[in-house]
Amino acid sequence: MNNGRLLAIVIAAATVALIVVGTVWPVPSAKAMAGSGASLLRSSSSPQAAVENLAAEIGRQAWGNAYSSLANKSEFTEIEFVRDLTGSYPSLRTYATLDSFDLRPLHASADEAQIQLKLRWSTVVGAFLDTRELRVVRTGDRWGVVWPIVKEPRVPPQVIPVTYLRWDVIYRGAEDDWGSQDVEAPHVRIVDMHPVDRGGGVVIMGELLNEDVVPAFVTVKATLLAKNGSALSTEDSFDKISHILLPKQVTPFLIAFHDVALSEVDSVHMEPSSTLIAASADPVIEIEDQRLSPAPKATLNGKLVNQSGQAVSVAHVLGTFYDKNGQLIWVADQYVDRALLPQTPVAFAMSVPADIAVKVSSERAITTTYSSGRFQ
Amino acid sequence: MKSRFTFLLSGLVLAAMPPTLAQTSGLRLPKTVEAGSAFSIQSSGTGKAVLYIVGPGQALRRDVRLGETTFFAPGDLHNAGRYVVALVGDASTEDGAFDVIAASPPVALSFLAKPSRLAVNLHEGISGVVYVFDTFQNLVLTPAQVSFQLSGIAGAVQTRTALTRIGVAWTKMNSAAKEGASQFVARVGDAASTRVIQQVPGDACHLRMSARPSGERLAVETEPVRDCSGNALPDGTIVTFTETYKGSESTVDVPLKRGVARTDMPAYSGAKISVATGVLIGNEIRWDK
Repeated sequence: MNNGRLLAIVIAAATVALIVVGTVWPVPSAKAMAGSGASLLRSSSSPQAAVENLAAEIGRQAWGNAYSSLANKSEFTEIEFVRDLTGSYPSLRTYATLDSFDLRPLHASADEAQIQLKLRWSTVVGAFLDTRELRVVRTGDRWGVVWPIVKEPRVPPQVIPVTYLRWDVIYRGAEDDWGSQDVEAPHVRIVDMHPVDRGGGVVIMGELLNEDVVPAFVTVKATLLAKNGSALSTEDSFDKISHILLPKQVTPFLIAFHDVALSEVDSVHMEPSSTLIAASADPVIEIEDQRLSPAPKATLNGKLVNQSGQAVSVAHVLGTFYDKNGQLIWVADQYVDRALLPQTPVAFAMSVPADIAVKVSSERAITTTYSSGRFQ
Repeated sequence: MKSRFTFLLSGLVLAAMPPTLAQTSGLRLPKTVEAGSAFSIQSSGTGKAVLYIVGPGQALRRDVRLGETTFFAPGDLHNAGRYVVALVGDASTEDGAFDVIAASPPVALSFLAKPSRLAVNLHEGISGVVYVFDTFQNLVLTPAQVSFQLSGIAGAVQTRTALTRIGVAWTKMNSAAKEGASQFVARVGDAASTRVIQQVPGDACHLRMSARPSGERLAVETEPVRDCSGNALPDGTIVTFTETYKGSESTVDVPLKRGVARTDMPAYSGAKISVATGVLIGNEIRWDK
C-alpha cells in the first residue's frame, strides 16, 4: 500500500517537473509548431538563437516577423521571401506546413557564423526537406540571418498554343438495355515482375504496359500465397506507380509487404486493373541530365523541363533501376515540391539504397503530373 | 391492396396443396399455353368456386361457376414458366398445373459483342452472343436461326449463322486487317441488333527516327509510326526518346501527333539517342557536331 502511494507521488512529481521544464525551456521546433507567440522566442543574442527564431516564425507562418528579423531584407521584398518558401505558383510548398527543423553550426567567428538549417515540411504526399546554408551576422548586440533568397523564375504573360490530344469518355448509362456495350477497359499487361526479400519483408517490383490505344487509370494488387494456397497478405502499389498511363506507356510499380518473409511465400497472384479515363497528352515533361550519384548517399539526380505551356503544380518522378543484365532491381520515387513552369528546369534527387546503387547499371525515369485539378 | 390480398390468398392455397400436383379429373387444363394467348379452363360439378392461377410473377383469381368454361383473354398470362391452378369450392379443392411457353417467333434479342475495341488481324478475336426473346421478354427456348454479320469500311464482310440452344446462340469473328469501326449485326427473323466494334492498330512494327540541329538543341523526330499491317498508330501513343552522354541520361515521353513524335533534346557531341514505344525499340543515333 505504502509502495503504491510512493509510486503515485513520484509519478505526480515527475509530471509536474516535466511540465515546468517543457514550459520554461521548450524545444524550439515544438514551440514553433505550438503556434506560440513571439514572447516565447529567445532574444537573438547568438547565431543559433537568431536562426531558431527565424525558423519558429516560418513555422508559425508569421511572414512579417520572419522577414523583419533578416539582416539582408533590403535585397528582396517580403513577397519574394514568402514566394521563396511557399512557391510563386500552386505547388506542394503552397499547401505544406513546417513539421520540424534542425540546426547544424558549420562555422563561427566573433561577427559571423555559418549554420545549416533543415526545414522539414509535411504535405499530403509525405514530407520534403528544404536545406539552407545560412550566414548569420552580428549587428550590435543582436544577430541577424542573411537569407539566401531563391527567386523562382516568372513566366512572362504569353499565349502558348498546345495541340496535343485529349481523350474524353462517355460511359454506359443506367437506362441502356441489358447487353448494351460499355466502353472497353484498356488492355494492360505486366511485362516484368520480381519478388525480392528486403528488410525482413517482401518487395514486389515490376513494370506495367498500357498496350491499348486509349489512356488508362491503372493499379496493381498482389497477393502472396503460402504452400497450402492460402493468402498470406494482399497489398497494392499505392503511389509507387504512375496511375495514368497513356497508350504504349510503361510504368514501374513497387509493392511492399512488411510482415511476410519471402521464405513463407510459394507463389504470387498479381492483379493489374485498368479503367478507361479522360486524359490529356499534355503536358510533356523532359527529364534532363539524369545521373546516379554513387553510394553511400546514392541519389538519382536530374532536372524536369516542362515542354508544354501549362504550369504543373505537382510532379511525381518514378525511377526504375536495372542491373547489368537488364533486370529490374529497384523502384524509387520522389515528389517535386516546386511548380514546373514552361521551359524552366527544376531539379530533383531521389534516394537509392546504397546496396542497390552499387548494382545499378542503367536507370529510367518517368513523371506523372498534376495541374489545376486534373492529372496529365 | 386487392392484388396483394389475392397474392397472399394464392400463397396460402398453394401451401395447403400436396407436394405432387396432378391434373384432377374434374379440372381440364391445357397442357401448354403460348405466352400472351387466350386460353380456357373447364371445370365440372355444380355450385360456386374460386379459381386461382399462380405462376412466375403473376397470380390470377376468378370466381367461377362449376361445370362451366372459364375464358382468359390474350395477354392475361405473359410470363413463361410453370403455373399452378387451384379450384377452391365450398366442399372440395381441385388442383393442377400447366406450362406457359414463350411466344414464337422471337421478336427481340439481346446482343453481347466483345470486345468493343481490339487490335487488327486477330483470328476469332471478336465474340458475339445472342439471347432471343418473345414480345413479353421470355427467353425463346425453341431453336431459332441467328445470322451474324461483321462489316466495316475495310475488309470483306464476314457472315456466320448459328442455331439457338436453350435460347442462346454465339459465334466468333476475325478482326479486319485495316483499322476502323465495324458494324456487328445479329439478326433473328425481323429482329436485329447492332454493335460497333472498333478495330485499332496493333503494336508498332518499325520505329525509326532522325535528328537535326535546332538552335542550341537537337530536334529528334520519328518517321510515321505504323503497325505490321501498315496502319498508322493513333495520335497520343507514347514514344520515348532517350539520350545518353558521358554517364548522364535525358528522357522524354512524347505523344504521337499527326502520326509522328518530335521533341527537342540537349545537343551534346558524342551523345547517343535511342527511341522506343511500348516494348519495341527503334534505331539509335550517335550525334556528332
